[in-house]
Amino acid sequence: MEHDETSEGAARPGISTHLVEAAVALLLLAIGLVVVFEARKLGAGWTSDGPGAGYFPFFIGVIITISGAGILYQSLLGRNRSTVVFVDPVQLKRVLSVLVPATVYVLAISVLGIYVASAMYIALFMVVLGKYAWTKSVLAALAVNTLFFCMFEVWFKVPLFKGALDPLRFLGY
Amino acid sequence: MEEIGALMQGFSVILTPMNIGLMFVGIILGVLIGVLPGLGGANGVAILLPLTFTMSPTSAIIMLSCIYWGALFGGAITSILFNIPGEPWSVATTFDGYPMAQSGQAGAALTTAFTSSFVGAFLAVVMITFLAPLVAKFALKFGSPEFFAVYLLTFCSFVGMGKGSPFKILASMALGFALASVGMDTVTGQLRLTFGQPELMRGFDFLIAVIGLFGIGEILLSMEEGLKFSGKSAKIDPKVVWQTWKQLPKYWVTSIRSSLIGIWMGITPGGATPASFMSYGLAKKMSKKGARFGTGEMEGVVAPETAAHAAGTSALLPMLALGIPGSPTAAVLLGGLLIWGLQPGPLLFVEQKDFVWGLIASMYLGNIVGLIVVLSTVPLFASILRIPFSIIAPVIIVICAIGAYTVHNAMLDIWFMLGFGVVGYLFKKLDFPLAPLVLALVLGDKAEDSFRQAMLVSQGDVMVMFSNPLVGGITTLALVLLFWPLISKALAVIRKPKKPDEFAVERPVD
Repeated sequence: MEHDETSEGAARPGISTHLVEAAVALLLLAIGLVVVFEARKLGAGWTSDGPGAGYFPFFIGVIITISGAGILYQSLLGRNRSTVVFVDPVQLKRVLSVLVPATVYVLAISVLGIYVASAMYIALFMVVLGKYAWTKSVLAALAVNTLFFCMFEVWFKVPLFKGALDPLRFLGY
Repeated sequence: MEEIGALMQGFSVILTPMNIGLMFVGIILGVLIGVLPGLGGANGVAILLPLTFTMSPTSAIIMLSCIYWGALFGGAITSILFNIPGEPWSVATTFDGYPMAQSGQAGAALTTAFTSSFVGAFLAVVMITFLAPLVAKFALKFGSPEFFAVYLLTFCSFVGMGKGSPFKILASMALGFALASVGMDTVTGQLRLTFGQPELMRGFDFLIAVIGLFGIGEILLSMEEGLKFSGKSAKIDPKVVWQTWKQLPKYWVTSIRSSLIGIWMGITPGGATPASFMSYGLAKKMSKKGARFGTGEMEGVVAPETAAHAAGTSALLPMLALGIPGSPTAAVLLGGLLIWGLQPGPLLFVEQKDFVWGLIASMYLGNIVGLIVVLSTVPLFASILRIPFSIIAPVIIVICAIGAYTVHNAMLDIWFMLGFGVVGYLFKKLDFPLAPLVLALVLGDKAEDSFRQAMLVSQGDVMVMFSNPLVGGITTLALVLLFWPLISKALAVIRKPKKPDEFAVERPVD
């Protein structure tokens, strides 16, 4: 955590933690209310053959709602609320630089299948974020995915998702 | 001593070349998982679970539990060499382990950590051998109110013993229960909380949640710090091992005290992290060299490592004997048992004798194999941490995606995994504990079933939870733990407040 201490002296830009916490609390409150509402609709009471389908979820929804309200109170009015910056722009950029490609990757899996998408993902990640040479990255990506292919399809006989286009059809697995 | 006989029977079941081989594979994979950022015991076992579907249950659980031991050992390597705790319970190991490595005693520190881990795990396994059958026999008499009371106790103890805001613990737990109730209701067959989406009918599998929350969440967190590893190199040669072993018996009191703390905290859920901190604090208070703790004292490595492993191992006792896991990893192992068609709980000891005793025997052997493997291969694993993060991160995300897909062969699960990853990142940053969420997701259905059955028996009267001394006792204990944050505040007003826990700040929420 050394790098936090150095950058905290100057006021870092960004949203403070207790506001993020309040947003999460509001979300929890909403989820709690949805669960309570749905549970009521399913029958949270006593039916002819015992407790209804919504009996248990009803209480769970109540607990979520109460704890959401509690967190909301603590985050906005509590004495120990944390005003430390949640993420600064640099950190947010770093996090998004993993999260956004990961989302694209999952999208690619559904079209190209796990092996092809993974190879492309690893190679591009290494080139773009790791600043590696193209040849090195492609070789590493191919090596990793050949290993996975042998491990899952050949040795352990666990077939993985081949995608809508199934580019690896010619291998016969 | 019928346990000894049964244990010998267990050894005869597992001592085949195939199983010993799987043990080595499991330990090596486990240490690898423990060393890599973003992969820990729980999601590592979750990802590798599908690989074992084609094996016999005994071989499968041997490999998986060995992965667990390996991950426990692996956490110590990163704490000592890199000052990065691989697992929450190895945070306390960094206090004295890293200073030891800085002063050139890395080999001694690692040997100390591994050996103490082994001692803690070994004592815990001995305890399981003799206590688990008794607990199982006792639990055979349990009815549904008793079982619900035990579930209640499990979850309330998170609130009572956890760190941080009790509301956050409650929220995380209830969210787990809510996610568990999505899908088909097991009793009435009604669809719950699916909002008309047919894909949601299957509900949320906890394995997906574990992979996303711990795996992807961890990667996002590490990425935020712009992680650069700078570590001490370590070589362990037999001379260092021998010299360290000669010194270790001096600390036998610390070892035994830490093991007892670990065993006690491990049986109650979520215990490994508090156990390691408690044991470190006590050792500091009671040792003659207490003042020098934090500067590279060997005893400061012995205490947390012994307790963490004793706790990690004893977490399997409630899983086996009651079907209630004490930690997320134990919960994943329980999920495995269910997939192989074994019903964990008291009946397991009656119906699946070979399996249970095979597993317990493999705990003995697995820890011995683990000690040998880690002592001989540390330089190899330390060098893995020198691989740049920009190679490791995409590979780990790929592994997580594969793991999520293989659980149900469903593409949608990979999206859920990504979603859980974001939740994991937010929750970790906001100090929401993740273990209650995972355990609630695993136990949700079963806890609900026992609750409904109990209510059916009593026709909706909640007082059934106090209908006899046993169930009443457990329920009362659970309620005390649930309201412990309030009770301790009230006590603090009456009595003079004690000196606050000096390690409270460092202790992670898990």
